[in-house]
Amino acid sequence: MARQIFSYIIHKKGIPDDSALELLSAAAKIDPEASVTAVVTGWGSDLSAACREASKSYEHVWKVDNESIAYPDAALISALLQRVLPRGHIVLIPHEHFGMDLAPGLSIGLGSTYLPDVVAVNGITGNLLLAVREEFNGMVSTHVSCDTSEGAIITVRAGSFPPNENKDRSGLLTDKTDDAFQEGMPDCGRRFLELVQAEVGDVDITKSEVLVSVGRGIEEQENLEIIHELAQAMGADVSCSRPIVDAKWMEKSRQVGTSGQTVKPKVYMALGISGSFQHLGGIKGSPFIVAINKNLKAPIFQVADVGVVADILDFIPSLTEKINEGKK
Amino acid sequence: MEVLVCIKRVPDTSENEIQVGKDGTDIEREDLVYSINEWDNYAVEEAIRIRDKTGGRVTVVSVGKAEAEEVIRRQMAMGADKGIHLSDETFNGSDGKGIAAILKAHIEKGAYDLVLTGVQADDGAGQVGGMIAAMLKWPFASLVNVIEVVDDKTIRVGREIAGGNQEFNEIKLPCVLSIQTGINEPRYVGIRGIRKVASVEIPVYGASELGVPVESIGKVGSKVKKIDYFVPELGKGAEILEGNTDEIIDQLIDILKSKGGIR
Ligand SMILES: Cc1cc2nc3c(=O)[nH]c(=O)nc-3n(C[C@H](O)[C@H](O)[C@H](O)COP(=O)(O)OP(=O)(O)OC[C@H]3O[C@@H](n4cnc5c(N)ncnc54)[C@H](O)[C@@H]3O)c2cc1C
Ligand SMILES: Nc1ncnc2c1ncn2[C@@H]1O[C@H](COP(=O)(O)O)[C@@H](O)[C@H]1O
Repeated sequence: MARQIFSYIIHKKGIPDDSALELLSAAAKIDPEASVTAVVTGWGSDLSAACREASKSYEHVWKVDNESIAYPDAALISALLQRVLPRGHIVLIPHEHFGMDLAPGLSIGLGSTYLPDVVAVNGITGNLLLAVREEFNGMVSTHVSCDTSEGAIITVRAGSFPPNENKDRSGLLTDKTDDAFQEGMPDCGRRFLELVQAEVGDVDITKSEVLVSVGRGIEEQENLEIIHELAQAMGADVSCSRPIVDAKWMEKSRQVGTSGQTVKPKVYMALGISGSFQHLGGIKGSPFIVAINKNLKAPIFQVADVGVVADILDFIPSLTEKINEGKK
Repeated sequence: MEVLVCIKRVPDTSENEIQVGKDGTDIEREDLVYSINEWDNYAVEEAIRIRDKTGGRVTVVSVGKAEAEEVIRRQMAMGADKGIHLSDETFNGSDGKGIAAILKAHIEKGAYDLVLTGVQADDGAGQVGGMIAAMLKWPFASLVNVIEVVDDKTIRVGREIAGGNQEFNEIKLPCVLSIQTGINEPRYVGIRGIRKVASVEIPVYGASELGVPVESIGKVGSKVKKIDYFVPELGKGAEILEGNTDEIIDQLIDILKSKGGIR
């Protein structure tokens, strides 16, 4: 019998996330012969629309439909999936804030192995999966083997697999809601209350055409001055990586990344930023990227168009001066 | 409130270049500077603040070889009341689930109301907290950047989700939370603080004291195994500008102008 793989589909307003088609490619990479089932949870017409869309790409679609999970509450969904999913299979989940909340506990609940944040798959021999992960913020990678004989929950990094664009299927829809709620509402000791939107800042960096973005390499708060001076000379706005916001040196609204803003400038200057995937996840629209970093091995140089290996504390003031001179 | 914080000693990436070691089975560990995992430092700070408000105690616990004591002591200097070191030959080479099983065995023996972990450690897994919770059948929330104590049985937590938005949940105690950076501003730990706790005894417990089944931990118990380390070649990579500083600056200005970066 063909191997069975499940993909958890994240969707919003009836539209599946990009990850839905990436997981399908990941599944094919694990085992091209596998029978792949999309698992879609939610409520009402949004859920139906998401299922309809998923069934264009997936062979099977399982849905769990209930008002209590209209908002994707990972605690509740974990409990329900443990009632619905058969044991011993591979389950793919996007590695983002919901997946990170759901996956580790679900793996224990299903008695399976957890393989987090996979960026590539090199195939499966019997039940032994070979995959690639990153460590130390992408500075090194590892090949890992994962024993899937008791099933495996695998979270997959966004953008690591090309979307499977083939939409000519008409997958079979199965309603699993009764299985999920047969024993009533699970009591998971955690209750969703509300969503609070991020505060809006003084500058909307999502609209900026040129961004001068600063990271931990700036070392001290006082040094930020040289970044502002450069931005002014260039006519650019200032943004930053997460550690600058964590240190309360800049407003959250200036943070670029998966847990910050998604920006689409024409030119992006990454100054003292290592280039973690969470940071790069907030840069869209293929801008021209200039990286200045003192470490040639920093992952940012892999994605930048132009790089300068230098200490920003020395280099930036000289650069600013030259730009200003040229304007005189 | 009795708060336990799980902490890990990791290579400090801001102090070191991380390189693949000679035989490829590990990173080059010689000359590395180690410190407390960044996320765990925020977790300990948060635990201290909760204790200062509600009373009780903060305990820090680490699974690791002898050197783990260093970070236990550092976090005690920061203000944790107690340190515990879980160490045993059989623990070496555990995968995330193994580490979670060891920590769970300790937690079961205590009377903790709240267990904090960092969101992730050096290998970016983000697994231990959620696994401990599921093993104990306690509620869990990840990526926590706000904790409000409602009463001695309930807390309200904010989780950081996409775009800096927050998801609020009410959670029953005891529970496990994974703490995100930026939740607070961790206090500075000076040499004097470290000296003060230099001679405090830190109990060490092994597999038999904890009662963890050895077949579920260590290399033998691991279902996920690292085979080797390597540096991937991604894309074409940047064109690195060469020359002296003035030459580089001139090239860069020309490039920026042509791309509309200087206006
Ligand atoms: C769930 C989650 C969500 C996250 N969301 C985000 C997000 O939205 N945005 C984000 O940015 N991060 C995010 N992160 C954090 C992310 O993983 C990285 O920790 C972060 O991006 C690192 O920021 P950095 O590059 O500024 O710092 P580091 O990784 O510390 O890099 C600093 C760089 O500066 C260089 N450097 C140091 N000194 C100098 C100098 N004098 N001159 C030149 N170069 C120098 C170093 O070589 C290094 O490459 C998130 C993490 C998690 C777990
Ligand atoms: N060896 C360890 N000892 C104690 N706590 C750990 C250990 N490894 C991981 N943790 C905890 O689990 C969190 C997440 O780590 P990880 O799941 O390995 O990414 C860390 O921030 C720590 O709080």
